[in-house]
Amino acid sequence: MKELKLMKGNEAVAEAAIRAGCDGYFGYPITPQSEIMEYLMYQDPQKTTGMVVLQAESEVAAINMVYGGASCGKKVMTSSSSPGISLKQEGISYIAGAELPCLIVNIVRGGPGLGTIQPSQSDYFQSTKGGGHGDYRLIVLAPSSVQEMADFAGLGFDLAFKYRNPVLILGDGVIGQMMEKVELDEFKPRWTEEEIRRNTPWSTMGKLNNRERNIITSLDLDSHKQEKHVAHLRDKYLEIEKNEVRYEEFQCEDAEYLIVAYGSSARISQKAVELARAKGIKVGLLRPITLFPFPKKPLLNYVGKIKGILTVEMSLGQMIEDVKLAVECKVKVEHFGRFGGIIPTPDEVVVALEKQIIGG
Amino acid sequence: MSDIVTKEQIRRPENLVYSKTKLLTDKALSYCPGCGHGTAHRILMEVIEELNAQEITIGIAPVGCSVLAYEFMNIDMQQAAHGRAPALATAVKRLMPEKIVFTYQGDGDLAAIGTAETIHACNRGENITIIFINNGIYGMTGGQMAPTTLPNMKASTCPYGRDVTTMGNPLRMTELVAQLPGVHFVTRQAVHTPSAVRKAKKALRKAFDLQKENKGLTFVEIVSNCNSGWKMTPVQSNKWMEENMFPFYPLGDIKVDGQLVK
Repeated sequence: MKELKLMKGNEAVAEAAIRAGCDGYFGYPITPQSEIMEYLMYQDPQKTTGMVVLQAESEVAAINMVYGGASCGKKVMTSSSSPGISLKQEGISYIAGAELPCLIVNIVRGGPGLGTIQPSQSDYFQSTKGGGHGDYRLIVLAPSSVQEMADFAGLGFDLAFKYRNPVLILGDGVIGQMMEKVELDEFKPRWTEEEIRRNTPWSTMGKLNNRERNIITSLDLDSHKQEKHVAHLRDKYLEIEKNEVRYEEFQCEDAEYLIVAYGSSARISQKAVELARAKGIKVGLLRPITLFPFPKKPLLNYVGKIKGILTVEMSLGQMIEDVKLAVECKVKVEHFGRFGGIIPTPDEVVVALEKQIIGG
Repeated sequence: MSDIVTKEQIRRPENLVYSKTKLLTDKALSYCPGCGHGTAHRILMEVIEELNAQEITIGIAPVGCSVLAYEFMNIDMQQAAHGRAPALATAVKRLMPEKIVFTYQGDGDLAAIGTAETIHACNRGENITIIFINNGIYGMTGGQMAPTTLPNMKASTCPYGRDVTTMGNPLRMTELVAQLPGVHFVTRQAVHTPSAVRKAKKALRKAFDLQKENKGLTFVEIVSNCNSGWKMTPVQSNKWMEENMFPFYPLGDIKVDGQLVK
């Protein structure tokens, strides 16, 4: 039975993780996402599903706990906000290098540095281009509602195990803090040791006498082997780009102009589309749901059909680079954004559309 | 018939008095000849074999000379980022309390970059065993000053000797973690003589027995030589270790049954 609740985005992702059969959460408090660990500690799932919830001494320790847990084939996760996610980058790089599944939630706040605790989307580059050292990608899911915060927990674990790759839910302070109606999935039981051994034959759960030992490492001192390994990662990322692109279109059928926005900027832009349409402007919204893989082809398909694209981001303009690459610079692409923790209004978006795209 | 005894005649099962544990692989060790790591690996794996715990043991290798420990230990292993092994071990043990979990870390890994992870895993009383190899130097990167380098001892980043007024004092992590209530058993051992090896193996056995009894964190330091990093022969390095390391890092039990040894 599905269950209907009124929840914050942070609470929704936590509850959905328990229901998705998550084995362990390891975190460290930081605004605006502390409700995730608070909610989990309050629910105390160790007593019901057996899920471990642990407050670590730092973000660095938390992501390395995830590394240890993921190495055992367990469904493990962590969450943080921008400065904390920066601290996790070392561990994320190891996890990507060792090809381990895990779920990471970033409820973005404005930066750089300690920045502000208000919402922002300024971690796009960090999230989609790697983030830590080395050649790697995360699968990045960008929720634009509390419902998607919940849905992406289960989806995130599924994708993480399908590709043996870390999955990042890239929310922001708005998505994390706002309350909405959310429909929650039924409880899925956690995997038993037998199921883990079957589903993740690579995991380090103890070397049974009937198999070779398993080793989880991201190290290969032989550069030829390391090159092969990185080439294998590339092939995996290409596979992900082929199979996992997700996006949503709103009023695009007859559009002469396009807004491209994700997360809470997409919610604002949806309203902006309605306002602009009321003024007779034929504009649609394309909302990338996966930021990696990025919906390149769907955007390229608009070349020749539209006169211009406005990207709306709460940053100085980061996703705009991927949009320009996607349309191969054959369409005019402009950026509009507020940043440093300021959220744009739909009216501001319409003005930007009129000035930068239609009149520009 | 010749009276000369052939190799084949010697290598009969009835003549066998010692064999390498099956929990060590056949791969040649990457350690320098004379280094204590090989012996530490051997007694560790012998203890796991004696406990018949191969199928339930998960080891965590560090960054440092023993970064490739997983090449030599025939059990499931994870290779941690520098200093983070206790964080990995924490999660492994919390998620699978029925398993036996250990970290194997050098002094740079445990006492410098991993200080926070070490102290907090100890303070939470994680039911794991930490094996700490202390040779007072960064061996793998070529002999730089470690947190445990002795005062006035030379290393490549303190070529005139460690000046404690500018470079800080050597850190006795083992005494430090012994203060924490979550830590049940703390001992400092060595592996440079047959009797030291026997004692160290006994200490490891005790640590793992206590882990099986869910007593809390067990911590075994092994003071070791680094003849390459110290620029000595193996024999010289063992003598130097006895004369200089042991006075600063005295061998013996530091905490037993949760009580500090007076």
